[in-house]
Amino acid sequence: MTANPGGGNGEADNPHSLVVKFSENDPLITDAGAVLAPLTIAYQTYGVLNAAKSNAILVCHALTGDQHVANVNPLTGKSGWWETMVGPGKPIDTSRYFVICSNVVGGCMGTTGPASTNPATHKPYAVDLPVITIRDMVRAQAKLVDRLGIDQLFCVAGGSMGGMQVLQWAASYPERVFCAMPIAAAARHSSQNIAFHEVGRQAIMADPAWRAGRYLDAGERPGKGLAVARMAAHITYMSEESLHNKFGRRLQGGDAPKFSFDAEFQVESYLHHQGTSFVERFDANSYLYVTRAMDYFDLAADYGGSLAAAFKGSKTRFCLVSFTSDWLFPTAASRSVVHALNAGGASVSFVEIETDKGHDAFLLDVPELLKTSRGFLDSAARARGLRAAGDAA
Amino acid sequence: MSAATEGPAKDTSAGAARVDLRVIAEMIEAGSRVLDVGCGDGDLLRLLADTRDVDARGMELSQRRVNLCVAKGLSVIQGDADIDLRDYPDNAFDYVILSQTIQATRQPKEVLKNMLRVGRRAIVSFPNFGHWGIRAQLAFRGRMPVTGNLSNPWWDTPNIHFCTIRDFVELARDMSIEIERAVALDAYGARVRVSAPWWFWNMFGEQGVFLLKRK
Repeated sequence: MTANPGGGNGEADNPHSLVVKFSENDPLITDAGAVLAPLTIAYQTYGVLNAAKSNAILVCHALTGDQHVANVNPLTGKSGWWETMVGPGKPIDTSRYFVICSNVVGGCMGTTGPASTNPATHKPYAVDLPVITIRDMVRAQAKLVDRLGIDQLFCVAGGSMGGMQVLQWAASYPERVFCAMPIAAAARHSSQNIAFHEVGRQAIMADPAWRAGRYLDAGERPGKGLAVARMAAHITYMSEESLHNKFGRRLQGGDAPKFSFDAEFQVESYLHHQGTSFVERFDANSYLYVTRAMDYFDLAADYGGSLAAAFKGSKTRFCLVSFTSDWLFPTAASRSVVHALNAGGASVSFVEIETDKGHDAFLLDVPELLKTSRGFLDSAARARGLRAAGDAA
Repeated sequence: MSAATEGPAKDTSAGAARVDLRVIAEMIEAGSRVLDVGCGDGDLLRLLADTRDVDARGMELSQRRVNLCVAKGLSVIQGDADIDLRDYPDNAFDYVILSQTIQATRQPKEVLKNMLRVGRRAIVSFPNFGHWGIRAQLAFRGRMPVTGNLSNPWWDTPNIHFCTIRDFVELARDMSIEIERAVALDAYGARVRVSAPWWFWNMFGEQGVFLLKRK
């Protein structure tokens, strides 16, 4: 499939998805004080919304994810990014729940982002789009949920940046979230993580093809810079142990070193592949915007520096999950959210899962994650009075 | 609960332990908010949720047991009674339960104090080190007692702060804690005669269960 992420005729303007549009009369006011209108949100749904509209689950995607959570991705032809978790009979059971996933604001898969055409100029927004925050993404999702006529979501779930959105949802709209599942997440982006993001952004902006952000006008893309950004980031998604187990020091071509700067080691060639395949599906400016949104995320700061205040009196049931080998969003980050939830008197479960798969574990087939999610959701569904999949409607 | 091992043995196959949970459940008013500190595999949480319709939450030291609980749909976090009780606000719960765990805490007094800060009432159950069988092992064999309820050898036990029923009653007095109800269970899980004096309980009770309140 010829990839064309961004540009007038790609997924950015004509997504293979459902779309809602919000006119100038219904703009998104961003944290940066900008007025974003018109606003387009591209989304996918799975399953059926029940008559009481009480069985909706909003799935929030991570940095480079999209709305194609459980269907073949129109750009890559690969299966949905969370098919271990979402689908018929899966923990987020689409024969029981109505699942919604939308592309985030600032993304490049159909929701308004830097690759979308700016109606004022008939050119891509590029870097003229206001800087977006996690809260802006959540505000946009709330507008979508309103449009779908749903008052309260049964659950909001997501990993990594998706988990940040889950926490923001629970803080901003506590009465609209019956239960929440932030996985491998944190209530703020750490200094180290901001640093990694900055390396990625600088790699993109150092690519001459970036053209101060206006590369789409020139029919070009800063593929080299974006690939380097992805390679650096990808290392942080894995653990030393998993890299070692996967590649060790094995050479690419046989046993003898060639003494060159080609991809000598298997791990190099793996990273190169990660970089080039990412360029095929993701817009470089989107990468700048979405990483920036994560950098700005600091939930406690919005509540006078007290994370507990963000969740005070919350009736939402929480289930947090972290992974032992995740050094990007380590267990300590989840634990501090758990402490805040306890201090706020909220109902919370917290599971740390032992795995060598690093941060990426949340996307992978990790049986304990699936068991935990199923147990939590089943029990919350009983409390919400939702019937099991087999029951008569 | 400072020990690296998996916390105190909660041998639920022993009849006494099952009764212990039932006795605790009977002390709890239906519909209340409960925190079970050291909840193990969640047997008590499940019993409370099923029979008393309570909002039951748990804290457990062993990550493996926490994961089991959450997969069963129970609301449980990994945590240490000595450390993590501090995070809870005053009066967050109607009852805070410490079942068969106090002997494994580093600072039992601090834990008790926090329990009665976080909860309006506290329920504590523990193996009675004053039981005649334990006294006999120490007196006649000259060995650290190992029983069905306390199955770990001395060099591999998380139980670092044993006490007797009398010791506990005295601690409660020292801390100005009111004992609302007390039950002693014998080795077979039967209740020791209610009218019996403390020395009798202390000799024949294998476990003590106390319902406590701030004075």
